[in-house]
Amino acid sequence: MEAICLKQVKFAYPGRSPVFTNLNFSLKIGEKIGIMGPNGVGKTTLLQIIVGLLKPQAGEVRVFGRSRKDERDFYEVRRRVGLLFQDPDDQLFCPTVEEEVAFGPLNLGISRDKIKGIIKRVLSLVGLSGFEERVTYKLSGGEKRLVALAAVLAMNPEILLLDEPTGDLDRKNLNRLIRVLNQLNLSYIIVSHDEKFLKSVASSIYWFEDEKFSPLG
Amino acid sequence: MFHERFVKGESLIHSLDPRVKLIVAFLYAIMVALSSKISSLILASFFTAFLFVLSRLQICQVLKRILTVNYFIVLLVVVMPFTFPGRVLYSLGPLAMSKEGLIYGFTLFWKSNLILTTMLLLLSTAGIFNLAHALHHLHVPEKLVQLIFFSFRYIHVLQREYQKLGAAIKLRGFSPQTNLYTYKTYAYLIASLLIKSYDRSERVYKAMRCRGFQGMFPTYKHFQMSPRDKVFALISGIFLSLLGFYTFRPF
Repeated sequence: MEAICLKQVKFAYPGRSPVFTNLNFSLKIGEKIGIMGPNGVGKTTLLQIIVGLLKPQAGEVRVFGRSRKDERDFYEVRRRVGLLFQDPDDQLFCPTVEEEVAFGPLNLGISRDKIKGIIKRVLSLVGLSGFEERVTYKLSGGEKRLVALAAVLAMNPEILLLDEPTGDLDRKNLNRLIRVLNQLNLSYIIVSHDEKFLKSVASSIYWFEDEKFSPLG
Repeated sequence: MFHERFVKGESLIHSLDPRVKLIVAFLYAIMVALSSKISSLILASFFTAFLFVLSRLQICQVLKRILTVNYFIVLLVVVMPFTFPGRVLYSLGPLAMSKEGLIYGFTLFWKSNLILTTMLLLLSTAGIFNLAHALHHLHVPEKLVQLIFFSFRYIHVLQREYQKLGAAIKLRGFSPQTNLYTYKTYAYLIASLLIKSYDRSERVYKAMRCRGFQGMFPTYKHFQMSPRDKVFALISGIFLSLLGFYTFRPF
């Protein structure tokens, strides 16, 4: 079954030449794909169109079998599709790690007793047990990245979209990320420039250029 | 400047319920702002001193912080004797210094510093997130709470971006002088600061929407009123009523 399907999508940022004129893309449930491609080709734009942060000027965005158009349609999408931003600093805004992780579940109306368990579970999943009371802006770059991932996982998404997740990770944290991704029974799209990393987490890798996805290796 | 320097601490003031602190600070500020008698101000000073002792903060740190704001207050106070009508004490060319203006300026200075110090002792020991939560619990409109919270958060972001850009131009050999080139560089710096901050705030907002944000600010940690909070509220209440009664008594 197709989880995400973009058909003939046209998108341009205001006042600039179009990023996509006729983009077609699909992701099936259970697929784990890696996307590589030159800078400025629209990889981040693609991910943001899927969760409705950017609205295409033409074409169709279908997620979980339904066509999504206005903001309201995407509430459900954002609950079930977790997007990890390229820069973790964009994502972290609460003073402590536990409040950061709790933010998503609280927005979903989950009770505080349950959230406590969720925080414990996702932090141990990303290997940051005991970080609950830590101050987010004092964490290292790698730790910030993992907290941002924990905050996304706390919403229990069915699909993950990761935008260059390896940028500030050292070897140890990178291996941790690989382990977490392989442990999770999720579908995901990972945008990265690191082919070795993609090979260890994705079942297929595509080169994305000129609005075409060509299989790599 | 935005590092919440006074938040960390173990004193009684630090551990008080932020809701109690907010209410006390608010009522105190109103009382002091409205009182015009020197004797009421002396009474109010005792309360501030009492808070200071309880907070166990370093006096020089508090003074240093207050001094920064006083640059603005002093400017106002210095102008006051010359603009306020009243009995002329001293003439300086076309400028006349009035006695009433002098007293008025002096009380203004005193009042502002009392309010400022009390706010500092009560509010800056709470932390912005706790204050936002407390305002939320006190049923302050959601939009207003968000406005306060995000202003603080983005001032922080702006400051960080400014430091980064400042370092970047220094690294490329820029040293400020009094010439057009320097002004132009600063203009570029500020323009790029604004654009960058705007972009970042967009991204932060997007990230929040991704996590189900629809305008509400749910709070994870609830506050609990402890007996200590009640005792503090009671003492402050008694004091503020005394102050109010003394200031506004009709006789």
